[in-house]
Amino acid sequence: MSIFVNKDTKVIYQGLTGSQGQFHGLRNRAYGTQVVAGTNPKKAGTDVDGVPVYATVAEAKEATGATASCIFIPAPGVKGAVEEAAQAGIEFIVVITEGVPSHDEAKFYNYVKNTYPNTNILGPNCPGIITPGECNIGIIPGDIALPGGPVGVVSRSGTLTYQAVHEISQRGIGQTTCVGIGGDPVPGVSHIDCLERFEADAETKAVIMIGEIGGTAEEEAAEFIANKMSKPVVAYIAGVTAPAGKKMGHAGAIISGGKGTAQGKMDALKEAGATVVLNPTEIGQAMADVVAGL
Amino acid sequence: MDLMEYQGKQFFAAFDIPVSPGKAVETVEDAIATANEVGYPVVVKAQVLVGGRGKAGGVKLANNEEEAREHATNILGMDIKGHTVHVVWIEHASDIAKEYYASFTLDRSAKKHLGMLSAEGGVEIEIVAEENPDAIAKIHIDPSIGLTKEQCEEWVRAAKLDDEAFEGAVDILLKLYRAYVEGDADLAEINPLILTPEGKVHALDAKVTLDENAEFRHEDWEQYKGTQVLDDREKMARDKGLNYIGLDGEIGIIGNGAGLVMSTLDVVNQVGGTPANFLDVGGGASADVLANSIEVVNSDEKVKAIFLNIFGGITKCDEVAKGVLEATERVQLKSPIVVRLDGTNVEEGRAILEANPNDMVIAAPTMIDAAKKAVELAKKA
Repeated sequence: MSIFVNKDTKVIYQGLTGSQGQFHGLRNRAYGTQVVAGTNPKKAGTDVDGVPVYATVAEAKEATGATASCIFIPAPGVKGAVEEAAQAGIEFIVVITEGVPSHDEAKFYNYVKNTYPNTNILGPNCPGIITPGECNIGIIPGDIALPGGPVGVVSRSGTLTYQAVHEISQRGIGQTTCVGIGGDPVPGVSHIDCLERFEADAETKAVIMIGEIGGTAEEEAAEFIANKMSKPVVAYIAGVTAPAGKKMGHAGAIISGGKGTAQGKMDALKEAGATVVLNPTEIGQAMADVVAGL
Repeated sequence: MDLMEYQGKQFFAAFDIPVSPGKAVETVEDAIATANEVGYPVVVKAQVLVGGRGKAGGVKLANNEEEAREHATNILGMDIKGHTVHVVWIEHASDIAKEYYASFTLDRSAKKHLGMLSAEGGVEIEIVAEENPDAIAKIHIDPSIGLTKEQCEEWVRAAKLDDEAFEGAVDILLKLYRAYVEGDADLAEINPLILTPEGKVHALDAKVTLDENAEFRHEDWEQYKGTQVLDDREKMARDKGLNYIGLDGEIGIIGNGAGLVMSTLDVVNQVGGTPANFLDVGGGASADVLANSIEVVNSDEKVKAIFLNIFGGITKCDEVAKGVLEATERVQLKSPIVVRLDGTNVEEGRAILEANPNDMVIAAPTMIDAAKKAVELAKKA
């Protein structure tokens, strides 16, 4: 089992004809993802290495029956692209693009939530999602992931996700699904959305959660872990040494008004019963210990 | 990007938010000319991107030309917490009947905009929040709908502002919300928002933070960039288009991905080192970007060792290795570089480094080993 995506998920790539979209779209297809269509109003009727290109998401969905989309559109066009996908009935929208204005994010997140309550947005500014051996949407290097579970991974950071997945794969521990929720101030899918699904997923037996400074998403996740989760969680938070008031690379990674510190998040997670490790290398051993005890 | 007060007031004025008449000036003579123009008494205010300027003597009232000259002379060039004052804002001093507080920002937890309004202005809102939280009226605004007039009126009533301020406050808050949204601000704050004895409501201060991600639709933001306070390292990094934040330590840090770089800072700290900077080369960095990054970090006089930490996803380890070679040819390295490579094309990357041995380039197998090695080298230096 898996969460959000599996081998049957058909995906439309909005921006497939651009250099990033083409590179990763075809890379995802080579991994085994059902890359069924691309969109570009100016290139409708053409194809990208055999993947048909349609003018709109609605046409692409009509022709292919896709339920997911992956957005590689430059930041100024992301709001329009997300709204178009939701209006076309796409239920899982992955936004890889970095640098989306936060007012745009706040608008399209609430618009989609109000108007299409069953639609989920992953990202923006995220690496995507992978159910190893079945479906890889986005830019996660597929070869580091190991199919079959039992670990679910949810993370705000791309490279730290790779690091964590690499650590456990090397120890022969597989993953059900790895979700990169992105480092922006208004992410769509949250830590809790993923924890909830991992808790419900029969094949997921343990979860790795990676967070970073800024906001209170990790504290809220800790509350969820304490009250609603039976499965063990190994957690890591980046940014212990980050100075206050600076955006540390990610638009959402900022300590403001004394809120959103790494220490506060680690304390909350510890209190909730999660195993909190101090550096990403330790994630591997900590999870190996957890899995050995299952 | 934080704006100085005078920039914030110009930003507000563009959205018809009433501010005191005034001007930003850089010389004593211009200060006096402006003071004479707006009429005494005037306030002379230091323009710096740091709080506490009043306490530092950077805000003074002048009743005549002589006092204006004295204050402008003292304040221009003054050092406030390490920030030199290059600009002062001169405005006509307002008569104040009441001081309020108003702001809009994003509530990340609720994923909605948060408006805060208080009849207790003029002090830091964090202090009001702590000592008298009931004095702050908060509203959540759905960004896809916006702030309606009815909602705004209800909010002003809830904040219990004086009756004579009601209409003016509603008007200014609707404009402030528009400025916050259309102006792509992360924060738009007026503290104090004042009521004058004549019953007028206007902004006496302006605190605005803009969302750099929205720069593409605001050509006029170019003017704000020149006033951002950057040290030499940050300037060099910006000129090279690098995502760099200067810190105070001895280990230069370069990595790919914000999370990994933050984590690298933490690990260096854990093994007893101090990070000199944050530098994220991003995804898919070329050899050239890597070489530029090494050049910037190498220019930092405090740096005694460099830690290059790469987990290749889109970034290819062979490109990174080529960047290291390019850097060793292009710049005179004054500190050793400890390189940890993993992920995409790691074998090719490691092979390139092995084929080109250099005393200043040391490979390490894991993140923690590399951090220890870098700290050890820095201590020896």
